[in-house]
Amino acid sequence: MTAPRVISRTGATSEELDTDYKWGFTIDIDSDLAPKGLSEDVVRLISAKKGEPEWMLEWRLKAYRYWVKLNQAEPKWANIHHPEIDFNDIYYYAAPKSKDDAPKSLDEVDPEILEAFEKLGIPLAEREKLAGVAVDAVLDSVSVATTYQESLEKAGVIFCSMSEAIKNHPDLVKKYIGSVVPYGDNFYASLNSAVFSDGSFAYIPKGVRCPMELMTYFRINQADSGQFERTLIIAEEGAYVSYLEGCTAPARKTHQLHAAVVELVAMDDAEIKYSTLQNWFPGDKEGKGGVYNFVTKRGIAQGKNSKISWTQVETGSAITWKYPSVILKGDNSVGEFYSVALVNNYQQADTGTKMIHIGKNTKSTIVAKGISAGHGSATYRGLVKIMPTADGARNFTQCDSLLVGDQCGAHTVPYIEVRNPTAQMEHEASTSKVSDEQVFYCQQRGISVEDAHYMIINGFCRGIFQELPFEFAMEASQLLKVSLEGAVG
Amino acid sequence: MTRSAESGGHALLEVRGLRASVGGLEILKGADLTVKTGEVHAIMGPNGSGKSTFANVLAGKPDYEITGGQALFQGQDLLAMEPEIRSRLGVFLAFQYPLELPGVRAWQFLKAAVDAQRVHVGEEELSARAFDRMLKEKIELVEIDPELVKRAVNEGFSGGEKKRNEILQMAVLQPKLAILDETDSGLDIDALRIVSDGVNKLRNESNAVVLVTHYQRILNYITPDQVHVLIDGRIVRSGGPELAHELEERGYDWIKEAVDAGV
Repeated sequence: MTAPRVISRTGATSEELDTDYKWGFTIDIDSDLAPKGLSEDVVRLISAKKGEPEWMLEWRLKAYRYWVKLNQAEPKWANIHHPEIDFNDIYYYAAPKSKDDAPKSLDEVDPEILEAFEKLGIPLAEREKLAGVAVDAVLDSVSVATTYQESLEKAGVIFCSMSEAIKNHPDLVKKYIGSVVPYGDNFYASLNSAVFSDGSFAYIPKGVRCPMELMTYFRINQADSGQFERTLIIAEEGAYVSYLEGCTAPARKTHQLHAAVVELVAMDDAEIKYSTLQNWFPGDKEGKGGVYNFVTKRGIAQGKNSKISWTQVETGSAITWKYPSVILKGDNSVGEFYSVALVNNYQQADTGTKMIHIGKNTKSTIVAKGISAGHGSATYRGLVKIMPTADGARNFTQCDSLLVGDQCGAHTVPYIEVRNPTAQMEHEASTSKVSDEQVFYCQQRGISVEDAHYMIINGFCRGIFQELPFEFAMEASQLLKVSLEGAVG
Repeated sequence: MTRSAESGGHALLEVRGLRASVGGLEILKGADLTVKTGEVHAIMGPNGSGKSTFANVLAGKPDYEITGGQALFQGQDLLAMEPEIRSRLGVFLAFQYPLELPGVRAWQFLKAAVDAQRVHVGEEELSARAFDRMLKEKIELVEIDPELVKRAVNEGFSGGEKKRNEILQMAVLQPKLAILDETDSGLDIDALRIVSDGVNKLRNESNAVVLVTHYQRILNYITPDQVHVLIDGRIVRSGGPELAHELEERGYDWIKEAVDAGV
């Protein structure tokens, strides 16, 4: 193996934007960076940095070679528009500089980093207010801290960074990584498989109800870097876990690429509830900067009576491209997708889900709410596929769009493929506008124009927020308010 | 109980020569009205005479262009204020067609309204418990189904429920000036009685009610101090409650003719 050059830089160099995005600060730390651009050497470097076993490197290289063959043929079917991405102008590895990049005890974490996460509302010290939620904090390419590991261990739950999992639980990782989202799944999944740097790993053993919510907090800090995390959650027979993820990034003029992969596996009678608050930097009012959020999320409801539920609140990113999906393989398994996607200014979102019914009496529910404001464009894209084996499958889909102002767009692209005549399908869709009359009605009761919009939009999202854990629901509602700033009044 | 206009209340609302148009079409052509505290005024008129416009302009609905005249509320220039400020200062409009706010719980909506009013006058927001207590009292006062406040604002409400909900909002906000825009229309006799009872219970010496209505019917339940006839954007005649009875018997044509004849 050639020894790649490692360069290091300090803090942020790319110009920062002046915006209202209050999470847009840069954490002033030294970073280890791989050279810009992607090559086999960079893949080897990343793997070496992490001290990975040979099989992991081989898998990465297979993914890399596959990706090269795709010849930069990014998917073009989504209703999103952006200038060509120069994949050689991105740092594929950025890590806070320290003795080594493995997570360590909290006392050893750089105080600057602890303080930064505190500022983001994610205190990592266990005595603080996120008591009861185990947090894995991921900064740029590496996990910097995971809380509550001991109490989780007592319950038999493994919750750690992906890097640790590869070292300490190689059999589990080897068995499941790429089992739901293979490296050849799509352009961005291939890219991720080659260069993924960290992410979270959770394993809930048979019959265990995870005693607390698990949370990963992702933060991009380094300028011009991509973030490629990979999350893998396995719930064994009869296990239950509720997992949350939150994300922010500094406000920068250049676009940043975030291409994550999430894989979920639920065995017989297991349930995985996965909630996301996506608040990556959305760019400024003119559409400058912002994160390209190109993410592949998929779960397999492998066992009978298993259940996978995705809830997402997407308010950030310049562009969001993601379709958290469920393969309903086990008989009587259940898949759910609850989504709020809000676009303002020049944001674009093309998001939805796929529900693939294979097992008998499988049931899926899709409730997608799109809110478009400013010059934003929101597209719901979904596929419900009933395979010939899926006797008695049922799906309910509801897609609602809400428009704020007259410069924005909302689109709904539902695909339904039914290959079994016993399937029951229901589809509802609506498009509405926050009407001037509604706003005046609120004003006549003393409520300001801005609060009226916020209230009406919150009402529109109510069914989704109810699916979120309580604290997350409060935060989601706050996020909507902040994201709507400047859209009205 | 009839109160006389000379009862010693002080002027709450003074409208002078108010002109307003919508889409370039002039609807109000110089309307005058003075309302004192403790009074109930009825504004009657045929369809299209400008009654709802009058109510909406006072509340600050943005669709209208004010082309002349003035409106003072407690001596302040009402027309210069944003609609929410008018509301917080005590101007309440019961809508002819109350809007549905899907997913917005009535409880939350009412609390936001009360808090906005309180914060505006420098008071603290109410605690959820204090608000609950107050809301419960008002629900009993206006005889509304307590389940309604658990539902989304007006969503799936019947016409009668919507109108009653307006009266509940009025009870909760305790306005100084309540303008009821055809609140009686579309109500059956029982609902009309409940709505009227609610308004009567909320009347006192320090507030005032303006009833905008097409029919005399509601005036059997709420006795006005003064009745005004609005025709073609102007108040052309004012009188006591007997004027309403006369209109009920004779219609509006005789007044139009009298006005046209310059009487």
